[in-house]
Amino acid sequence: MEKDFEEIFQDKVDKEIKIEPKDWMPEKYRQTLIRQISQHAHSEIVGMLPEGNWITRAPNLRRKAILLAKVQDEAGHGLYLYSAAETLGITRDEMYDQLHTGKAKYSSIFNYPTLTWADIGAIGWLVDGAAIMNQVPLCRSSFGPYARAMVRVCKEESFHQRQGFEILLTLSKGTEAQRNMAQDAVNRWWWPSVMMFGPKDDESPNTIMSMKWKIKRFTNDELRQKFVDICAEQVKILGLTLPDNDLKWNAATNHYDFGAIDWNEFWEVVKGNGPCNKQRLDTRKKAWEDGAWVREAASAYAEKRKNKKAVKAA
Amino acid sequence: MNKKNLLDYTLHLADNALIIGHRNSEWCGHGPVLEQDIAISNIALDCIGQARNFYQYAAQLSVNDTSEDSLAYLRYTIEFKNCLLVELPNGDWGQTILRQFYFSTYQYFLYQQLQNSSDQQLAAIAEKALKEVTYHLRWSSEWVIRLGDGTEESKQRMEHAVDELWSYTGELVQAASYELLAVSEGYGVDLSTIKTKWEEKVRTVFEEATLTLPGNAWMQSGGKEGRHTEHLGFVLAEMQFLQRAYPGAEW
Repeated sequence: MEKDFEEIFQDKVDKEIKIEPKDWMPEKYRQTLIRQISQHAHSEIVGMLPEGNWITRAPNLRRKAILLAKVQDEAGHGLYLYSAAETLGITRDEMYDQLHTGKAKYSSIFNYPTLTWADIGAIGWLVDGAAIMNQVPLCRSSFGPYARAMVRVCKEESFHQRQGFEILLTLSKGTEAQRNMAQDAVNRWWWPSVMMFGPKDDESPNTIMSMKWKIKRFTNDELRQKFVDICAEQVKILGLTLPDNDLKWNAATNHYDFGAIDWNEFWEVVKGNGPCNKQRLDTRKKAWEDGAWVREAASAYAEKRKNKKAVKAA
Repeated sequence: MNKKNLLDYTLHLADNALIIGHRNSEWCGHGPVLEQDIAISNIALDCIGQARNFYQYAAQLSVNDTSEDSLAYLRYTIEFKNCLLVELPNGDWGQTILRQFYFSTYQYFLYQQLQNSSDQQLAAIAEKALKEVTYHLRWSSEWVIRLGDGTEESKQRMEHAVDELWSYTGELVQAASYELLAVSEGYGVDLSTIKTKWEEKVRTVFEEATLTLPGNAWMQSGGKEGRHTEHLGFVLAEMQFLQRAYPGAEW
């Protein structure tokens, strides 16, 4: 019986028919998606913090408004994504709990600090750029609610990336101090961004199944290469350099070759030893704990209202 | 017409909107519920947007190289004309909500009348902003009621917020010299007409929130004339940091 369901399921996936929340799905598919979508949602929420760090110090009113709107967009993305995950049978509170206890992960990139205004540009250009590379294929995820959420997310993300690039472009055309600031930010954000695509293909055990289920369309290394190829060109427009001496065009492969990734750093940050892992998580927990009385009051008030209405109706 | 006075009047409107927008933006990423994080950021964005409209107009009224940014980023504490209320630290969510409620109530009645200003720019900005402020007022009223009439703890926190903020409310409806002149020149709003409306609205919402309205108390003032609390200096130090550290740079 189970076998038949599984065949029907895979047949739908193969034919690019979306799987919807009430459809039968393998338990492993459900669990993988909960992990994938909630991790993505957490990344949006934690991702608000490094950029939020510069809202009160944005250099002019236009930049201030754009940055605030951008970080607010990320909260909106978190909201769509939590909702998409909830259709799989987990509550938002449960997901928060997994985040706060460290059971659920979020993108390691947000465990790096934003030290100067140029970091806001570098995050937009590189981090959002890498995120888009990962996310565009997710608009075709076999799971309907996730795919639909991602269509909205991607539209806004590409806007963010252009803004980031524009920040760096302005800095690169500015004073020497501004150019230095821009180069320093690119130096610090480049390798962590390259790592955003995850482990090498031969160390990414879930890839084969995820590709079969069409919740992943390209391998980590394929996407990473695409990202490097694009950035290696764009950096020229900025008049800056990427911090990789081995980066060079390879006419035989039609791609850029690039240097070795420091996987030791990658795994250390995943394990919690990045420069800001503790601060990011503490900040999220504090916001949640400080808000407890507000949430309690809101539900107590809603309850009172319900009772009043019931009394009136009776 | 006294152009300097129109400028001061416009700057005062701009500074109020900017500083409360800046304070609210501090919540972004730290709100008690994701939906409310979005709401407070949205209100912050609206306020900063209003500030920009007023500053851009003020820049037109000023000497050549003045811009919205030079007005926001290169004036000193004593030149800022915002009310003390908006520069106060956020405190907890209840205090932020109450500050917003007091301020939105004021802005709502103010913009309602400013729409009829003889100055077409001010009237146009007010008309546009009123739509936003109508929502800010509804949102903040609902939260004052919810928290006032929520749990024991939320009530206590709201009572604390009332204690903290009440003495800063008088200044909202107490006219500064440039506001009086603005009224006599036909483009400003007569605050004495707003005072009663403000008190009425606050009384109604407090009643529903089961909160006690404070009696007569000493009211702090001075912000509108550039005499601020100690907090504004820190707000500006943070906000103006890049413009001060890299003079003349484009961003």
